Amino acid sequence: MAAPPLKYKPNPKAPRQALPLLDAHVRAHSADEVALGFTPEQVSVEAQRCLQCAKPTCVEACPLHIDIKRFIARLAEGEFQSAHDVISEQSPFPGVCGRVCQHELFCEDACIVGRKWDPVAIGSLERFAADHARLRMKELAASYPKPTGPKVALVGSGPASLIAAYDLVRWNYQVTIFEALHKLGGVLAYGIPNFRLPREILREEIARLQNMGVEFVVDFIAGKTATLKELMEEGYQAIFIGTGAGLPHMMGIPGENLVGVYTANEFLTRINLMEAFKFPDAPTPVRIGKRTIVVGGGNSAMDAARWANRMGSETTILYRRGRVELKARLEEIEHAEEEGIKFEFLAAPVALYGDENGYVKEIECIRMELGEPDESGRRAPVPIEASRHRIPVDTVVAAIGQAPNPTLQKVTPQLITRRGRILIDEQGETSMPRVYAGGDVVRGGSTVILAMKDGRAAAKAIHDTLSSTPEVQ
Amino acid sequence: MMNRVLAKRELAPLVTLLEVEAPRIQRRWKAGQFIIIRPLESSERIPLTIVDSDPVRQSITMVIQAIGKTTREAVSLEPQALMCDLVGPLGEPATMTTGKNVVCMAGGVGVAELLPVAKAFHEAGNRVVALCGARSDNYRILDTELQAAVDELHWATDDGTYGFHGNVVQLLQSLAGPDTFQEGHVIGPIPMMKAAAEATRGWNMKLHASLNPVMIDGTGMCGGCRVTVGNEVKFACVDGPEFDAHLVDFDELTRRNRAYREMEQEALAHKCRVGLDVR
Repeated sequence: MAAPPLKYKPNPKAPRQALPLLDAHVRAHSADEVALGFTPEQVSVEAQRCLQCAKPTCVEACPLHIDIKRFIARLAEGEFQSAHDVISEQSPFPGVCGRVCQHELFCEDACIVGRKWDPVAIGSLERFAADHARLRMKELAASYPKPTGPKVALVGSGPASLIAAYDLVRWNYQVTIFEALHKLGGVLAYGIPNFRLPREILREEIARLQNMGVEFVVDFIAGKTATLKELMEEGYQAIFIGTGAGLPHMMGIPGENLVGVYTANEFLTRINLMEAFKFPDAPTPVRIGKRTIVVGGGNSAMDAARWANRMGSETTILYRRGRVELKARLEEIEHAEEEGIKFEFLAAPVALYGDENGYVKEIECIRMELGEPDESGRRAPVPIEASRHRIPVDTVVAAIGQAPNPTLQKVTPQLITRRGRILIDEQGETSMPRVYAGGDVVRGGSTVILAMKDGRAAAKAIHDTLSSTPEVQ
Repeated sequence: MMNRVLAKRELAPLVTLLEVEAPRIQRRWKAGQFIIIRPLESSERIPLTIVDSDPVRQSITMVIQAIGKTTREAVSLEPQALMCDLVGPLGEPATMTTGKNVVCMAGGVGVAELLPVAKAFHEAGNRVVALCGARSDNYRILDTELQAAVDELHWATDDGTYGFHGNVVQLLQSLAGPDTFQEGHVIGPIPMMKAAAEATRGWNMKLHASLNPVMIDGTGMCGGCRVTVGNEVKFACVDGPEFDAHLVDFDELTRRNRAYREMEQEALAHKCRVGLDVR
C-alpha cells in the first residue's frame, strides 16, 4: 500500500527546536520537571523537519519499532491525537520513553537528517504526543475487552514487565504483575527522579494497563512471598522475570559504612520512592549535609547529584574517567552542569574518614590518567600514586553501578545464572521451562528501552509457546 | 492482599501485639524471618520480626513498641482496619540445630521476637533455656507463651521487681559457664546483644545475634542495613538478619542506627502542614 501524499513539504534545514526548560535557578530548588516540552508551534516546525524517508532507519533503530515516520507525519499535520494512536500500536509508554529513553543512541542516531543537519528531535516529539493525549487515557483503555486467555505472571513492575503486559493483554492473556515494593514502576519509580519523570505521567501510563485488564499485586516478593513453583501451581502458564538490577555495587574502600555514606540506590529510593525531599511532611528522612560528593558517571550519579544540589548541598561529581566517557544521557549531563554541579574528572575515592560519632567528614581521592582501552573499549583509568589528597565532605553517594537483584535466584536454584545474571536462550527462556527473563536481571545494568525490548521479545515467545500448546487453550 | 487487623492486645506499657491477616506469609514464614510494614499511607517502611502465626485464621502476629511516628501509627490501627502495606517473609530463617543445650536471650520487645526462635529450637529437639529481661515486672511480656515453649524460663528485671535483679547478661553469668550451652540466640537492644557477645567470647558456644538495622526495601536493594561482620560487609535484610554475634561490629551498628535520631524526633513533633489552616 503506497503512503498517501504529504500535505506539507518537509523542511529539514529548519533549526532543530530547543526543548524549553525550567530556568536553572528555579529548578535548583524545585522538584518540578526540568524539561517543559515543545509548544504546538515548535512541534509543527520540528515534525516538518522529518524527511519521511521511504525506508525509515529510525523505525528500524527503535528497539520497540515505533512507527516514528508515521507519527511524525500526523504531528506535522496537526493530528496530535492520531499521532498518539500510531505510537500506541507499539508502545503505551510515550510519556515515559519520551522523557527517559536515550534517543541519541537509537532513533535520533539513525535519523538521516542528522547526517547533514541536527537529527529530528524524535524524543521530544514523542513526549509531546503523549502529553497531548493524557486527558483521553481512560477512553483509550475502554475499547479493550476484559482478557479471558491463559494466566501469565510477570515478576517486577519495571519497564520490561510493563511492555510485556501490554503485548500479552492485547493477545487476551490474563496478566498479573507482582511487585516487591509498595509502588509500581520499578526503577522508573525508585530510581528516576520526579524532575525527569513526573510521577503522574508514570501513574497514568500504568493505569492504562490496569484499565486494559492487567492485574497488579504490590508487596509481593517472588521467591519469598511465593515461589515460582507455587505460582505455576496457582495456574500461571508462563512466568516472566523482570526483577532488574537492584543490588548496588559497593566501593570497597575503608570507611564505607560511616554515617552519611549512601549507595545511589538507597539515596534515590529515600528521595524518589519515599519522597524524602518533602521531609518532615513525608515520613522518611535523608541526611544531606553542606557538601556532597557523588562517585560515578552514569544516570544514577547525575540523578543523585541533582537531588543533593536541589536540597541545598554544594555538590560535586567525582568520576574516574573524563567527560567524554560519562555514561549518562547527554541531556542529564548538560542539565547537571547548568544547575551548578561541579565535576571532578579523572579522580577516584580511596578512603573515607569519619568524626568521633562515625559521621563521614573527609574523602581521600587519587588522580587518574587514562591508559590503554579496557574491555569496554574506553581508556582505562590508571591511578597516579603521588596525587592522594583529602576533601572535606558531609554526604557521599556511591553511584558505581548495580548487579541483578539476587533474591529470586537465591531461592530458585533451578535458575541458571552467571555472576548473578539469569541465563536465557534465544527465545528469552531460562533454564526452567516456561520461565522467561529479560531486562537488567539478564543484562546487568542497562537501559529502560533495552529492558522494554527484552520484555516485548519474551511476550512474543510466551505467546508462541502457549498458543501452540493445546492444553492451555 | 488486604492486611486486615484481626486482633490487638496491649502486652505492656507502649508494647502492643497486632494479629494481621496475611495468608501467604503465614504459609511460608520460618522462625527468625521478618516483614516490612507501612501501617498508613503516611508511614515509613519499617522491619518487624514475625512473632507467631495461625493457619486457621491465616494470620501472623507482630509486636510493636510505639516509640516513633510509624510505630505509633501502627498501634493506632484497630481490629478490622487495613494495614496499608505488609510484605514478607524477609531474610533468612534462624539457624537451627538439634540435640544441644541452647540458650535464648532477649530483652525488652525482643522477648516477643525470641518466642518463635525458642519454640523452633525446642521443636527441633534441643533443651532450651530462655533468659528474658524487662525493665520492671509490669514490662514482662508473653510469659505464658514462653513458659509453654521452652524447658526453662528465667526473668531478669532491672529493678528487681521480678526474678533476677539485674540484666540478662548478668543473669546468664550467674547461671552458666563456658560449657553450659553449645548454641545461643540473642535478640534485643544493641547494648544488650553486644554485652552478651562479650560475655560469651571464649565460651564453647556459638551465639547468633538477630540484628535490627535501618532498612528501606528489605530485599537487598538499598544497602542501608549494611553491617560489618568479621571484616566483611553484609546486608542484614538478605544475608541476615542473624549473624555470628562474636563477629558483629556492634559499635558501627550503634552509630548507623543513630543516624536519623534527631530527624525522627523532628518527624514525631511535626504536624503536617496540609489542612492545618482549617479551624
